[in-house]
Amino acid sequence: MEVFGNNGTLEIGEIDPFLAELLRQIPASTNPGSVPAAERRLFSAPADPAVEKEICAEWKLYVEPELRRIFETATQTVEGDLRQLGDQEKPFANCTLRIPIANSEAWLNALNQARLALAAKFDFTEAELCDHYRSPVGSRRDLSLFQVNFYGFLQEFILREMECRNDAAPPNE
Amino acid sequence: MSASDPITGAIESPTITEETRTELARDLPWQVVVHNDPVNLMSYVTMVFQKVFGYPKEKAEMHMLEVHRLGRSILWSGVQERAELFVQQLHGYLLLATIERPN
Repeated sequence: MEVFGNNGTLEIGEIDPFLAELLRQIPASTNPGSVPAAERRLFSAPADPAVEKEICAEWKLYVEPELRRIFETATQTVEGDLRQLGDQEKPFANCTLRIPIANSEAWLNALNQARLALAAKFDFTEAELCDHYRSPVGSRRDLSLFQVNFYGFLQEFILREMECRNDAAPPNE
Repeated sequence: MSASDPITGAIESPTITEETRTELARDLPWQVVVHNDPVNLMSYVTMVFQKVFGYPKEKAEMHMLEVHRLGRSILWSGVQERAELFVQQLHGYLLLATIERPN
């Protein structure tokens, strides 16, 4: 796999079928499902619920629906870009994904949702999350840890490209 | 509701004290606190601080490192409404952020 910026597009080339499948899994991975820990992490309390009951109650009522809308919109944008991976003539050929730079924030958001939800679902420790040499082959848990790290790598790439573009842009008057 | 005593003309003020106290409590500076999270990338957290608070990269990185090393960092303090808005923005970026009254 190779990643690079190209004329307003973030390009991920030579994606093998395994990584393509992990990319396709991003939208589904953002869903906390029936795991309370994942739901709690994506929609964490804005204050200590024992102390600031009113703030937390208002937040649930007014802010949380807006956050759900923001997260869903980001995921839908990513889903739209990922449709490119379904256009393969040969199902096992390597493919290329082009992400418009305008969608980079949506990608960062969706990747973060997926990483946080997976980490909460599988209750990964900080040591596990920092162990980048762990083999992805094994249990569903190992595969999910690889997914978290792979999505983190994509986030780093997107952030680097965004920073390069900001550095190259002329300063605001 | 009557505002004054019909005999003495003295103005009743049964709720003013309480309301003033409430207003004062709301006006005390609140803190926007970001908590450590082993999943969020350091570079991502720095970018969010720059975007939400308009901090230069150096200051954003300093706060990010404080979160990473000490477990939390106070990013901003001021009126409640603004603090809540910052926390809302930070949650939009999926950071663990809370609004707190200073001890």
